[in-house]
Formats: sequence, C-alpha cells, structure tokens
Amino acid sequence: MNYHVTIGLETHIQLKTNSKIFCACANHFGDEPNTNVCPVCLGYPGVMPVLNEEAVHKTIRAGLMIGSRIGAFCKFDRKSYFYPDMPKNYQITQYDRPFCIGGQVEIEVDGRKKIIRVNRIHLEEDVAKNTHAATSSEVDFNRAGTPLMEVVSEPDMETPEEALAYLQALKQIMVYGGISECNLEEGNMRCDVNISLRPDGQEKLGVKAEIKNMNTFKGVFQALQAETRRQESILESGGSVRQETLRFDPDAGVTLPMRSKEYAHDYRYFPEPDLMPVVLDKDVIERWRSELPELPQQRRERFVSQYDLPEYDAAVLTADKHLADYYERAAAGTKNFKAVSNWVMTEVMRVLSEKGWTIEQFPIQADALAELVALADGKVINSNSAKEVFSILLEEPGASPKALVEKRGMAQVSDSSAIDAFVDQVITEQTKSVEDFRNGKQAALQFLVGQIMKLSRGKANPQMAAQALRDKIGSME
Amino acid sequence: MSVLNEKTVEELSVLLESGACTSQEIVRDVLAEKNRIDPVIRAYVELDEEDALAQAVEADAARARGTAGPLTGIPVAIKDLLNVRGQSCTCGSKILQGYRSPYDATAVARLRSAGMVMAGRVNMDEFAMGSSTENSALQTTRNPWNTACVPGGSSGGSASAVAARMAVASIGSDTGGSVRQPASFCGCVGLKPTYGRISRYGLTAYASSLDQIGPITRTVKDAALLLGAMAGHDPMDSTSSPLDVPDYAASLTGEMKGLKLGVPKEYFVEGIEPEVDACVRKAIAQCESLGAEIVEVSLPNTRYATATYYILATAEASTNLARYDGVRYGLRVEGADPIALYMNTRAAGFGSEVKRRIILGTYVLSSGYYDAYYLRAQKVRTLIARDFSEAFARCDAIVCPVSPTAAYPLGSCADDPLKMYLGDIFTVTANLAGICGLSVPCGFTSGGLPVGLQILGAPFAEQKILDIGYAYEQSTAWHTEKPAIQG
Ligand SMILES: [Zn+2]
Repeated sequence: MNYHVTIGLETHIQLKTNSKIFCACANHFGDEPNTNVCPVCLGYPGVMPVLNEEAVHKTIRAGLMIGSRIGAFCKFDRKSYFYPDMPKNYQITQYDRPFCIGGQVEIEVDGRKKIIRVNRIHLEEDVAKNTHAATSSEVDFNRAGTPLMEVVSEPDMETPEEALAYLQALKQIMVYGGISECNLEEGNMRCDVNISLRPDGQEKLGVKAEIKNMNTFKGVFQALQAETRRQESILESGGSVRQETLRFDPDAGVTLPMRSKEYAHDYRYFPEPDLMPVVLDKDVIERWRSELPELPQQRRERFVSQYDLPEYDAAVLTADKHLADYYERAAAGTKNFKAVSNWVMTEVMRVLSEKGWTIEQFPIQADALAELVALADGKVINSNSAKEVFSILLEEPGASPKALVEKRGMAQVSDSSAIDAFVDQVITEQTKSVEDFRNGKQAALQFLVGQIMKLSRGKANPQMAAQALRDKIGSME
Repeated sequence: MSVLNEKTVEELSVLLESGACTSQEIVRDVLAEKNRIDPVIRAYVELDEEDALAQAVEADAARARGTAGPLTGIPVAIKDLLNVRGQSCTCGSKILQGYRSPYDATAVARLRSAGMVMAGRVNMDEFAMGSSTENSALQTTRNPWNTACVPGGSSGGSASAVAARMAVASIGSDTGGSVRQPASFCGCVGLKPTYGRISRYGLTAYASSLDQIGPITRTVKDAALLLGAMAGHDPMDSTSSPLDVPDYAASLTGEMKGLKLGVPKEYFVEGIEPEVDACVRKAIAQCESLGAEIVEVSLPNTRYATATYYILATAEASTNLARYDGVRYGLRVEGADPIALYMNTRAAGFGSEVKRRIILGTYVLSSGYYDAYYLRAQKVRTLIARDFSEAFARCDAIVCPVSPTAAYPLGSCADDPLKMYLGDIFTVTANLAGICGLSVPCGFTSGGLPVGLQILGAPFAEQKILDIGYAYEQSTAWHTEKPAIQG
C-alpha cells in the first residue's frame, strides 16, 4: 500500500537583538556561563519583565516578510512547567494572541514550486541551557531570556525534502530580514515536527507523532525519513500509530519515545499580569512594512535586471544574503558585473567551500576583489596573473591589487613593438611550428603563443601575441 | 528614655530640619524601644543595628552638607517581602531563609534617595497569604493592644511595630487588605494606593494583578509623605502608571465640607461585630458633622468578591511561587534528580497555607477548569470594578468598615481558613477593582482593641481619600492613643 505523508513544523528562531527580551542583559552567544545574567533573567523574587521593543519589531518584520496579518491586540501568557532550565518555572509566551497570524513560505523541490502556509508566529523567552554530568547538572542562564520566535507551519509538507526546503527558505527569509542569524551551531534555530501517514485515498489525517528538539536541518530530514519508515511499517503490519512524543537519535538513525515525564504537561496558560497587552499602532506597522528589506525572490529578480546577470548567476548569488551583499559591494566598484559574478561564483565560492568559510569569514574585501576584476577586465593583467594576485590577496588580505601588480611587475605587455620583438624571436627559433601552422595546424599557434608567454615571463597580452603571429606568418610567403 | 521613636514622620522632619535632633538619635531610640518590647511583640524578623546606624550617620552627613530632604534620616521598617539590597527577604517563609537581596525594589530605592534609613525587616504571613501574620514560618507577632491577639495581616509586623512605637513608619503590601486590615487591627493608618501608583518592581509577588505597596503610619499626613516619596512611573514595572505624582502631604486641606460620602449597604450586613459597626457608624456621623453629605450607594457584586479574589489571587500565586525550587537561591533539599529536588525543597520550604493556595491556584488554571473558574472570576472582577465606577459617579469616596471584626485571639482562626478568608470581604474589593483605600483609626471596642474606618476612592483619587482621612483624623484623637506594653 502507498501512504501519504503529512508534515508540520514548529520552528524556534532566536532573534538577533542587543539585549534579552525582558531585561537589559546582552543577547550574546558563547560567553562564560552565567555572565549575561541579572535578577530578572534569573527569576529572583520581586523582579518584573519589561518588553524589548526591538524583539517585537523583529517578530513583526518576520511576519510582514511572509505575509502574515499582524494582530490588533496581542498579549503575553504564562506557560507553567517545572524544569531546571526555567528560571521562574513558567515561560512567558503568547498563547492565543500572537503577533503574527497566517502567512506563507514558498519552496522549490526538484523544480516544482509549492506554498507552505504558516499558521502563526509568536514571541517568547528562551530557557537556560542544561548540561547533565554523571552526578550533577549544570545550568547556564546566559541563554535564558533570549527572544525566541516560534513559527508554526500548517501541515502542508508531504516529504522530508519539502520540510528541508521549507527550513532553508525560512532561514533565508530570516537572515534577509536581519531577524536572526539562524546559526544552527549556536542553536539559533530549533525544530519540533509533527508527522502522520494515511493510506492513499483516505481523506482523514492519520494519527500524528511529534518529534521534539532537533537543531540541525540534517537531523530534521533524517528524523522524518526514519519516522516515515517506522509509521509505514506499523501500518503495513496492520497496527496503529500511537499519538506520542519522540526524540531522534542521530547515531542510531531512529526515533525513540520520550519518557512521559518529559512532556506530559498541563501548561495552565493564563494572561501574564506583569505585562500590558500590546496594541500596535496601525501607522507603526505601516512604517515597518515600508522599511521591509528585500525578499530573496525580489533580490534575485533585481540582480537579473540591474546587473544584467543570467538567472542562474542571480539565483546562486542571492541564495545567501551575505554573499549577495558581498557581490553588490564588489559590483559597485566595477563596470563588468558579469565578470564580478564569475569571480564570486568560481574563485570566491571555491575557496569558501575548500576552507569551510562563510562569506563573512572570507579575507578578501569586496572592494579589493572589485579592483582585481577591473585590472583583469581592463587587460592590465592577464587571467593567469589575476589568479596569482587572488592567491596573494588570500594570504595578505589588506594588500591592494594595483600595488601588487606594480610591485611584482605583473602588468601585461601590450606594447606592440615589444610584442613584435618576441614574435620575431619565436619565428626565428621555432621554424618547425611556424611551418606546421602555415600548413593549417591551429594547435601550432597555441604553442607559439605559449613560447611568447614564456619569453615575456607571462606578461605578454596573449591575444595581441596571437594576432601578431598570424599577421607576421601570413605575410611571410 | 527613648522619645524620638514616638514621634511621627512629620514631627521628626521638623526636628531634624531645625537641628533639634539627629538621625542617629532617632535610630538609637527606635533600636532601644525595639530591644525593650520586641521580645514580646516579635514584629521584627531582622534589624541590623550597625547598618541602620551607618545609614543614619550618612543621613546626618547629608544634612550637614545641605543635601537633605524632608525625609532624610527618618527610619522606616520594611515588610520582609520587599527587596532591600544586602538584606533578608524571607517573605515569612522557610524557603527564602538565607536569601540576601541583590537589588533594591524601586519603592525602596526611592525612599533611600529621599534619605530614609532602611531600619529592619518586619514579619508577615508567609508570602503575604493570610490576615493574621500567624502564617509566618518564622515567628508569631502579637498585637500591641492585646498581646493575646493577632496584629492582623499580612503586614502584621509593619502595623504592630508602628503601633508599638518601635518603628516610626513602615512599608507593607496590600493584595486583599494586607495593609488596611492590620493597620485597623493595630490602630494605625494604612494606605493601599491605586494599582499602578507605586512600582511593584522588587516587591515579591503574591498576586501580581492585585499586589500594591503601601505605607503603614501613625497619621494620615505621614502616609501622604511616604506615598509621595514612593509613587510614580517606573520603567522597570510596565504596569506602573505614568500619571504625575502630586505633593500629597502639602496638598492636604483638612476639609471635607461639601464632599459626598457613599455608604455601601452591602458593607453593613449581618456578621459584622456590633462594636465595629457602631464605631464605623459613629465615624460616618462625625464626617457628616464635618460637612460631608452622606449618600447610600450599592456595590451589588460584593457577595462574589471573596470567591473571585481567592480564584484570581491563587491562580497568579501558583505561578509566582513556582520559582522557589532550590536551584538558584534559598532553601535546597537535595533529591535524586531535579524533580525530586523540587519536590523535597517545596515540601519542606512552604507552609500549609501557601501549599493550600498553590494547589487551589493550580486547580483553577487546569485544563478543563479554566473557563469555569479563572475566566469566570475575571468577568466578575470586571463587574466589581463597574460597581465601583457607578458608585463613584454618585459620590466622592466610599466609607465603610475595614474588617467585620476587631483583632481576634491568636489561634482562633487557625483551623478554619474559610473563616479567615471571609474576614477579607470589605478589603478585597478594592484590589479587584484596582482602586485606592485608606484605613484610619476610628475608635476602640470595649475590650480596648482598635477599629478602623475604611475610605475608598476612585483610581488615582489618593489625594481625595487622604484629605477625608486627614480631616476626620484632625477632628478626633484616636490616632494619638498608644498601647501600654510591658517590655
Ligand atoms: Zn538579565
């Protein structure tokens, strides 16, 4: 029997803000444990939350970017459960009045486009981070109070590939909006998934299982594959899937039930009395809407029209916002936009993939790359020299390409009398090849040009050399 | 002989200003009286004498420098649930024993910046849950007028210390009457300001939508002085009001001519002690003789107030008190895993009334019960607030009893929490409606126990109720009576 898979995702995304959601502590990853803390985010007696407006703005921007409706009356609620990562043993979140309602994310899998609907986006506080040792547990409260958005999708995905594409698209939008860095290593994005199977032809959704707390896209993808197999084999053998909460064991590649204690909660939501409801002014929302950054799709289209790039180049360059930013900074310094695109897509991206760098870690600044491209484009240096300069710049990121070319005497020789001298010398020395060329062997010309390059120590303009050779040999008779 | 401790804030301000006394002398007199009679009353949970005197030295130095204000150098006792940097904040509970506050509550910071001396922590019902201070896990506080009786609660330590003249003034908190009722039981003035008038930042939360800080003093003017020092918007408390703070004390007129005072018929019902009823009616007649017009008003939803209060307050409390888990501060009783540690800590750390209210609050928020209890109670709360706004359309303030009884003997309500809950009937309404209320002494029972008159005002009508209270107080001598206590 064939089964139809239904997948929905709840994605937690940490916002990029200066301070935490309810206190003035820095929202910063990687500091010494328990250094970005204060009585508020530690849940001391008597403290009260004060809402960070930047967090609200970014959440609403996220909603506007995916076409959500912004709630006219929003509020926060307390969600109660006991766990050592919870300073107050309740989490301040939004239960029934989230900031963003509805919206959609477009994905593309195997060339097929599809809309994934978003149910809502709400804002809440992140919890602390627990580390369990053999006989003790440690809690780092630096993370407690980090603004955390939860994006709840509709169950619109039908394959693990679609779920993966959705996560990638969501990440792209969040990074484009400056909403989150979506750095998975730093836990900026975490995911719970719901998945159910039903036999083809059946309308009613099957019983769903929830897989909690995955923090890599690969993990989500593999967990969905594993869970699809598990549910399939249950249904195949005539069994029924239980509604339960699972976790994914990436080493074993299987989903496992969580202990009931870990999830069986009555959260007892009720309105947070320490915060006023948020009633957003329509004008403010409209202003924020007018300040929305470009979406990835829009930027892709603009790259085609503004820089006259092929669709393919535009897609590659805009896939990562920071790469697109880099391209635009470099393009601003040259006239040949396609040449810059070629350089970014070949040399720059090759180095990134070899070194495992992000574009932000790439040592050659965009203006230096622009200068290099201009030198090559203006035939000041030939392409071999350009690649050499590129390699030197990787080692000496601060250096100026122009200065390097001068210092190392790499400028092409385009002076026709100098080239003529090389041509005469080669014709005299390589009579056999000259003869071959005269007999129609085109490869002989390449060899002769190579000899000129050798004599000029790589600086001769190869096009000029080839032309001069043709002219001279042609007039020899 | 200690005498300065018997003075009011207003009197001490004058004495300090004229150079007739120093802050150190005042603090020494307070300490001497505390050491003489507190072994009997047991109002104080902690009083670091050295620290109080050091603050007094600093206050005197400020005065010598010419940077003193009217409150500089005057000591104040703080209910043990307001955070004062470096001091205890037990909230009357074993679960917070050993905790030292790392920060000042906003109200405390404002009193400090006015130059006041933070002189000691006073007892209370555990987490402000109670009306007799008997629910303190630390000690039993007695009523200075009759040491066999309760001081009221939950700010019982504040009221008994002020009444016994071992504190000049005190800061308490009022969630369902916890400032007004002990003030009434101990013959003091107690003010519950409008919700949002004083920042709650640093006030350990019992029921966040009802809690409000308020002063307990010997005179209305003192209450006005302290209110003025603490009130005003605080960026750390989003629920604090941005409204301007008038100079309450300077604006007191001592007049109530032409004011309309509403008497709610629902507040004079069966069950009220005849002597209390008589004192309050006499006080209302006195107001009339001072030129006020007495009108009858109705607050028909009063009968639902106690039930509404105990649903909403316990719901909020069940979450507010969830943080006491032994992980970060206070008591910790180890367990095999974190959940066991929680259970052991909370089982050992909380008293039975606190546990009762946490369970009640957890229950009313539980799935399947939320609509029937919490949501319903919120709706009734709206109706109660509407009762008041309709009443205030017909009068300037409402006058009524604070409590159906005067102070009762220690232990008499111990086995009957419901009986104690019902004693809050005249005070919880102000918290539910978010309005302000004042308790002023208005007589004594034949057994010599004080009785209070409650004056309720519309939101942010503190000036009006203080005016009425002041005019009444100036025409009577009740507030000058003092208990005789054998140290
Ligand atoms: Zn903090």
